[in-house]
Parts: sequence; C-alpha cells; structure tokens
Amino acid sequence: MGNPVDQIFVILKHWLLSFCPEGYVPIASILLSVIPIMAVFGGLFALTTILERKGLGRIQNRYGPNRVGPCGLFQPIADGVKMLTKEDIVPRAADQVIHFLAPFALIGPVYIAYSVLPVGRNMAALDLDAGLLFFFAVGAGSELAIFMGGWSSRNKYSLLGAMRAVAQMISYEVPLILSSVPVIMLAGSLSPTAIVDAQGGHSHGLMQWHLFTPWGIAGFFLFMIAASAEANRTPFDIPEGESEIIAGYMVEYSGFKFALFFLGEYLGLFAICGLGITLFLGGWHSPFVFLEWIPSYFWFFGKLMAMIFVFIWLRGTLPRLRMDQLMGFGWKFMLPMTLLNILVAAIWHLSKTWLFPGVYLTRWALCLGILCAAYVWLGRSLAGNRSVGKRVYRFAD
Amino acid sequence: MTISFIIICCIVAVGAIAAMSLRNLVHCALCLTVSLAGLAALYLRLEAQFVGFAQILVYIGAVAILIVFAILLTRSNEPDESAVPRAGSWSGVAGVAVALVVFGTLVLSILSSSVGKTDLPASPGATVKDLGNQLMTHYVVPLEAIALLLTSAMIGAVLIAKPDKLRAGRVVKGGGEHASGT
Amino acid sequence: MTTLNQYLIVSALLFAVGLAGALTRRNAILVLVGIELMLNAANLNFIAFWRFGPNPELLRGVMFVVFSIGIAAAEAAVGLALIIAVYRHYKTTDLNRMDTLKG
Repeated sequence: MGNPVDQIFVILKHWLLSFCPEGYVPIASILLSVIPIMAVFGGLFALTTILERKGLGRIQNRYGPNRVGPCGLFQPIADGVKMLTKEDIVPRAADQVIHFLAPFALIGPVYIAYSVLPVGRNMAALDLDAGLLFFFAVGAGSELAIFMGGWSSRNKYSLLGAMRAVAQMISYEVPLILSSVPVIMLAGSLSPTAIVDAQGGHSHGLMQWHLFTPWGIAGFFLFMIAASAEANRTPFDIPEGESEIIAGYMVEYSGFKFALFFLGEYLGLFAICGLGITLFLGGWHSPFVFLEWIPSYFWFFGKLMAMIFVFIWLRGTLPRLRMDQLMGFGWKFMLPMTLLNILVAAIWHLSKTWLFPGVYLTRWALCLGILCAAYVWLGRSLAGNRSVGKRVYRFAD
Repeated sequence: MTISFIIICCIVAVGAIAAMSLRNLVHCALCLTVSLAGLAALYLRLEAQFVGFAQILVYIGAVAILIVFAILLTRSNEPDESAVPRAGSWSGVAGVAVALVVFGTLVLSILSSSVGKTDLPASPGATVKDLGNQLMTHYVVPLEAIALLLTSAMIGAVLIAKPDKLRAGRVVKGGGEHASGT
Repeated sequence: MTTLNQYLIVSALLFAVGLAGALTRRNAILVLVGIELMLNAANLNFIAFWRFGPNPELLRGVMFVVFSIGIAAAEAAVGLALIIAVYRHYKTTDLNRMDTLKG
C-alpha cells in the first residue's frame, strides 16, 4: 500500500467503510468516492474563478477583484450569492423543458468523466478496463447539452453560438482522440491507471513520462491545442465570443442555470487537463526520484494548477480566431499532424530493438526530424503566399 | 428481472416511442439520444464495455449531432402538421398494424423457443485487450474494409451535400428567400 | 435475474417501434431515425446472444456490433447528406412530395 501519508484518503475510506452495516457497503463506497470528487473540483472551480480574474487583471495591467475579503479572496462566495439570488428568467418563446434540462445535461457527464481519472496512487474512483473510451464517450454528451441550451432559447445568437460550439467540438474531438492514440498504443491499455503505471519508471536520469519522448512532446502540444478548443477557451472561444454573439448559447440563461453552465465549462477544462496529465505528464508520479516522498495527490493537483495557469495565461495573451480559420486549422493542420504522430510513435517503438552505439540519439533525431519537417512543410503550405506585411487599417467611409 | 433492468428498458422503450411519435423533430432527435443511451446501459449490463462506450461515442457524439444538424439545415424543426399522419388515415393505421404484427410474431417465436430460458452464464471476462487482439489478427480484413468504407462515406457525404457550383447562385438565392420568410 | 428472453423482447419492441416510425412518418430524417432504431435492435440481439450463447471468448457478437456501429455511422452520414441534397432541390423533406423523377 505504500506509505500511510500517501494513502491517507484510501485508508480513511476503508476505515469509514468498516463502520458501515453490511448491506450498505456498496452504496457507502460509491458515496465516499463521489462526494469528495464533487467537493474538491467544485472548490477548485471557485478558486480558479478568482485566480483567473486576478491573473487576467495582472496581464491586462489592472488589479482584478480586490474588494471582498483579504485581497479579494472571498469574491467567489460573493459571486455565488449573487448568482443564487438573481431572478431566473426563461424567455416566453423558449422550449421550457429543454431549456431547464440543458445545464444539468452539461454538468452530469462532466462530473461522471472525473470518475476514471486517477488523482493519486490507488485513487481512481472507477478503474475501468476501457476508462479512456469512457472519458471520451461521456465528453461527447456535453455537445448535445450545449445544443439543447442554444436551441431551446429561441434566440438567434444562442442558436448561432450553439452551432458554432457543436461544430468546433466535433472537429476538435477528432484530433483530441487521435493525439491520445499513441499513448494508448505504447502503454498497451485503455485504462488510465495502467497508463499512469506505464510512466512510473526512471531511465537515463529522466522520468519515463510520455512527455519526454519525441511523439510525446508533439502529442502533448496537439492535445493541449485540441483541449483548449474542446473546453471553449481562448483562442478558440468563438462559441461564446462576447464581442460578436454576446455569450453564445448561454445568452438566455440567468441566475443559477447560468452559474451551472459556467461551472460545467470550468469542470470540463479541469477534466481535460486531468486527462492530459494522466496521458502525458505522468499522472500522479513525481518528476524526480528524490521527491517521491511528497504524496501523489499533491503532484496531481500541482500539475493541474500549472495547466490551469497556462490556460489563463493563454487567455490573457492570444486573440480569438475566426470561424473559418478555426475549422481550417483543425482539419488541415491538427488532423494530419496527429495522424503523423501515430506513425512516429510506431517508429519510436519499433526502433527500440535497434542496437548500435548512439542509438538513443539517432532515434530522437529521426522522430523529431520527421515531426519538425512535417510541421514546417504543413505550416508553409497552409500559410500559402500570404506574407505578414505592414498592417493596413480600413475605416468606414 | 431486476429493478435496474426494468428502469433501463423503460428508458429505451419510452425514448424510442417518443422519438417516433413527437411532432417537433428536435424533440424526436433528443428522445432518440435518450433511447440509445439506455441501450448503451444494456450493453454495459451484458458486460460488453467497449461496445457500450463506443455506442455512446458514435451515436450520441456523432449520429445524434448529425441528425440535429440535418434537421436545422432542412428547416424541418418547425412543427409540421403534415409530418404526422392524422388519426384514422389509412397509411398511418396500416404502418402501425404491420409493426404490431411483426412485434407479435417476434414475441411469439421468442417465447415458444427453449433457448432463451437459461440464466446468465458466468462472465466471459473479455477485456478490451482481447478485442484488440482479435481485431488485429482474425478480423483485420473487415477492419481495413470498414476503414475504406468510412473514408469513402465521408468523401461521398461531403460531395453530395456540397452545393453544386453551377447551381450555386440559385441555391443561395433560394436559401435567402426562405430565411427572410421566417 | 434477467434471461435472454427479456433482452430479446426489448429488442423486438425496439425493432417494432422503429418499423412503425419508418412506415408512418413522412419526414425523411425521421425515417432514417426509425432505421437507426431497427439497426440498434439488431445490435442488442447480437450482444445478448454473445453473452448467453456458447464460446463468448471468441467475441463474435461483439465484433459484429463493432463493425455494425461503424457502418451505421457511415450510413447516417451519407443518408443525411442525401436528404440535404434532396431538400436543396425540392425545398421539402416530406417524402410524399418527392414524387418526380425529373431533375
């Protein structure tokens, strides 16, 4: 079982279960897994909203919220109270039932997706044989929820936002799944727990995280790009696009239901970051051997916070894409690159049996060379002969 | 017959009946989704994990979205009186009657056979790994064939649905008229 | 405990509902939905027979359903593309009004 500090939550669960009457053990076990997930990630959502507003403020050279509590830290509570006490407005023309169901249809699958993420050693709520497929399958459910929200509002901005969101999520789901195929291929399993275990070893003074292989680097970047599109984050946030279609599919939602949509969006981001950590960043493993004493869940959540910080940083830095640019990028760049990455992963795996001096460097050079050549060639050919020249401003006459 | 089985069956049946009988087409598509999700739960009960998740991924993640897009693109989401046959119309009654006859025949033959009375046998313990091994060895030719089929279907669908260059002007004009009319 | 018969009856019901829909509804998209339901009824049969039948370790039923799901996806894509192409021409998805062969 490893050291007790690392396993404290597992031990705690078993200890609590020992008090439970015989017949209720399965239900109690489920509750003891589900409630912490809901509480921890819900709390993380509150923390992230304040971090995001503060971080964006800093990037945009302003303070961000600083009125409620010390340094504005209680802002999420104030926001929550505001959201809960606001009037819940449903448009008269709206499809009442579907308008009501949409936020819950979004939240449900997102929470279910957490059940397969191993957040620490022996700490996956559900160790499924086909866990990764499960994750992607429930993720697919959120697209329909967004469509329900947008369509039932009977508002052209919501419908436009929903159609954009669905088209974008479908297009980027393909590269998202394809970029995780090399990991599945080389770990030889669809189970997230097994994938994390496959990254546990050390060699050449380096952790065997998938990130530290040529296909892993490329795969991680492709995964992150597709993930930011799946989570509707900048630069892919055109479904919401405040300046064009106000808030997209959430336009006609107010009060608690709006908060639910907001929560669903952030939880989706955390889930997909968690998946990225599981697939490429070694899950709950520590980066160095001498840091193994730090409990595994600290590593997972530390990495998660780092990923969230990167997303906040991106949001503060990058402008929004146009719809056709987004689609073109997804289908013409991401898809070929992810397919090529599968091939490179195969080369990396098969060249493991080569035996001559300096084979490690040769493999690296070969795989990285193929990827870089494809990147440069694809990028050049897609950019065409459009050169980035002096910016020309046009004004309305 | 356990409670969970009854609940799942009710979801599947009610979803399917609603999908086939509601007036609003988007509601039909959403009910279809519910029914197919229930079906995926049945697969999971039968310990076909991979198929159950693939069912959700393909049907809810792709086919349902495709149907919804088609409904919106063809502007048939407005409740249309002519879409549902009036009660007592000849074709509607005949269709339901044929379906009932088929259902009755199937149920009679199922109940009269001796095969289906056995209880659930021991779990086969088939893992995703076994499935993958089978796909890559025994079923590799069908796998390649289906890859070809999917590619050609994708290209074909794009070609069919793409507006004809020659008729492009007319199509855009027609669409514009329609949009302004609603 | 559930027996094979119960799964088969659910599947028969699903098939009948799909058939009734495909025969009575006039909207082309709904006819396609009905066909999807019938296809899914068949898939449920395959899985049920695989689970209750002999030699489950050969995974025959599961394989059949995996391929069937793939083909259903292709069928839906092409079918809906055809419906959209036809709609562009006739400005309707009502099957009763698509009654001329002339282009």
